[in-house]
Amino acid sequence: MIPVALSPDVTRRALSRWMEAKGPDGDTVISSRVRLARNLTGLPFPQAQTPEQAAEVVRKVEAALASPEAAKAGLGEWGLVRLAELPWLDRAVLVEKHLISPNLAQNTETGAVVIGAGETLSIMINEEDHIRIQCLYAGLQLDEALRLASRVDDVLEARLPYAFAEKFGYLTACPTNVGTGMRASVLVHLPALVINNQVGRVLSTVVKLGFLVRGLYGEGTEAVGNIFQISNQVTLGPSETETVENLRNVVVEIINQERQARQALLQEMRDQIADKVGRAHGILLYGHIFSSQEAMQLLSDLRLGVELGLIKGIDRTALNELLVAIRPGFLQKQAGRELDAMERDTKRAEVIRAKLRPGRSPGTAER
Amino acid sequence: MLCQECRKRPANVHVTRITNGRRTELHLCQECARERGQPEFVVEPQFPIQSFLAGLLDPGAPPFIKLPAPASCAYCGLTYQEFARSGRLGCSSCYERFGERLDPVLRRIHGSSHHGGKVPTRSGGAVRLRRNLQELREALARAVQAEEFEKAAQLRDEIRNLEKELG
Repeated sequence: MIPVALSPDVTRRALSRWMEAKGPDGDTVISSRVRLARNLTGLPFPQAQTPEQAAEVVRKVEAALASPEAAKAGLGEWGLVRLAELPWLDRAVLVEKHLISPNLAQNTETGAVVIGAGETLSIMINEEDHIRIQCLYAGLQLDEALRLASRVDDVLEARLPYAFAEKFGYLTACPTNVGTGMRASVLVHLPALVINNQVGRVLSTVVKLGFLVRGLYGEGTEAVGNIFQISNQVTLGPSETETVENLRNVVVEIINQERQARQALLQEMRDQIADKVGRAHGILLYGHIFSSQEAMQLLSDLRLGVELGLIKGIDRTALNELLVAIRPGFLQKQAGRELDAMERDTKRAEVIRAKLRPGRSPGTAER
Repeated sequence: MLCQECRKRPANVHVTRITNGRRTELHLCQECARERGQPEFVVEPQFPIQSFLAGLLDPGAPPFIKLPAPASCAYCGLTYQEFARSGRLGCSSCYERFGERLDPVLRRIHGSSHHGGKVPTRSGGAVRLRRNLQELREALARAVQAEEFEKAAQLRDEIRNLEKELG
């Protein structure tokens, strides 16, 4: 890997590679992620370590990534930044882009993050564990995400002494992560299952099978905009590939249910659905004040319309990009200053209009 | 409660004496109770409600048959109580220190207490060899069963080499 300064574009642009429209099963799956938790031997876990020990972890990871072996692994360019050096708005944007966790964003004392080109890879340092490798891909690409994460893992392990035990596997601060240290997750958009009231049934089955269902921003967040995060719970026992395989099977089943529900909606209530998504489109194009909640709901309706072919001329990448571009941190970063709630809601509408407007047919141009 | 005899040490032997229908209670420490000789009827220390609750809150051990808690991790100093409170371990040595107590916790969370995934190249060298060895032994058994003796001989040599390497 080649070290470069963290590109300022990372927090300036909303677009990351995972938002690309060509992700497999992109009609229902927004993104796939694999995260590996790793710790070093001979140092206490982050919550128990001294600032000096924490700084040592950052130095060690940086050195391992800058090694000749790492360069040979061909992982491309990367930049490392200590959170202490980042203004809070930039930290908020990194959270909104799923590059760091809210937890790490608060750790301005010892936290650091490595971000790879295209923002497919990020490595959180001194989060709950010393190292958390994260790989984020568009659509349903769990295998690809696991492959990259595992390669980065090998590069780091070549230089760093990992805390590993034969019986327990990779040792982590929280026993819920021990073993593979892997959390694989998939973001799915399930508007039709929400409309026909089947989402509760489907997701409770998923939970019974041992998977976690959460909102867009992970732990403790609500499902907004009909977007759900499905992830594995078990990390001890099954191998990484088995876990990913099981998760994929579950997600494929969810996708099938969602697709069937969409077709049923089209056949049985075409006019009502066309009306719903058309109205959402209209409001998004001409509204001037949107709360985050309202925007997420309308964008979900619009996305459904696009996927059903009822609304033309809007591509999936733009919709994925908006998921980040309308977040409070990003809006304020764009404005270059702190905004109060009202200012944010106005700015949000502006961003949405600009994104959905250009290149549209004359019919939807300026009033 | 202090011992009624010495009034210094805590009372942990509770003696109930029934003489001619009259009931007297004595609360003594272990030392004083021993000095007084065998009491007629010893009531065990009061049922420890706190430890019952802790047993329920702490999935590490079934209530009543708790293992003696290992004091603390020699490396980072974390106690098991602190772990039970926060749910976070302090360092990798904690896994060795609290291993026995962690086993049931892990089985409850994951349904297993044995890692079945990736093994790191360096820190897991011996583990990898042992896993290979296991796989070779299974292959040998299969070869013998199938009467593929040439293959079996080859596998046997590989196993011997690996065993030597492992010491």
